Amino acid sequence: MMSSSILNDVPSSWYLILSALLFTLGVVGFLIKRTLITVFMSIELMLNAVNLSFVTFAHEWHAVKGQIFVFFVMMVAAAEAAVGLAIIISIFRARATLNVDQIDLMKL
Amino acid sequence: MHLVLFLIFAGFALAGAINLLLQSHPINSALSLIVVMSSLAVLYLLLGAEFLAIAQIIVYAGAIMVLFTFVVMLLNVGTEEKTHGSRVAKTIGFPAAVVVLGVIATVLLEAQKQLGRVSLSDGITTTQDLSRVLFRDMLLPFELTSVLILIAILGAVALARKEGHS
Repeated sequence: MMSSSILNDVPSSWYLILSALLFTLGVVGFLIKRTLITVFMSIELMLNAVNLSFVTFAHEWHAVKGQIFVFFVMMVAAAEAAVGLAIIISIFRARATLNVDQIDLMKL
Repeated sequence: MHLVLFLIFAGFALAGAINLLLQSHPINSALSLIVVMSSLAVLYLLLGAEFLAIAQIIVYAGAIMVLFTFVVMLLNVGTEEKTHGSRVAKTIGFPAAVVVLGVIATVLLEAQKQLGRVSLSDGITTTQDLSRVLFRDMLLPFELTSVLILIAILGAVALARKEGHS
């Protein structure tokens, strides 16, 4: 009976530590990746890690508003992905490369 | 049961995130990001957020990642070139990333005693509860996001349009 109760729950802090690890992996990906699209994917990974924290705290304090916030983050991320990928397409048209080392000027 | 599910899908999420960093072709990175997002959807379900779990799959693993893979294929992005990277990223960036992880982990270990435990029998936040708050207290922000999405659509069309066709 005791072992089954251990198997049946997980400390909230494990979820938060997973979220911290995913966020850090996102930061490291942002720093080491050299393709613009993969850098953008790392940003999405960081957004997802923060969402996991929000959902964990919403569960911890029985607050529905935490989940509402995640919903808004998802909507903003969708809008951001659409605009960001359009910017990537227009950068590729202008420069014919997606290597971040070669995209270092604000003007065309 | 909860522990087993948590360990499996947390492992999938971490493995996907690490694979995203290790792969050199963007399409492989995109596919591992889909693995991360789908396992996060299962973790949301374990935390009792049923609506968000489905929204995560539809919006993130579905819509956003389709957009990503579509752009990767449209631009025919090849394997990433190995360059030495920026010196600022090496000297400041990586220590800063380690510090971020360290600070979050320290705060969490301090707060661990006050945090509770998550179990499958905690019940779920139903879509009914969620929509009651969303459409009563949060109605104005919700309507504002629809305006934001409209602006984003217009911006994406304006940015991705070919020059000279105006």
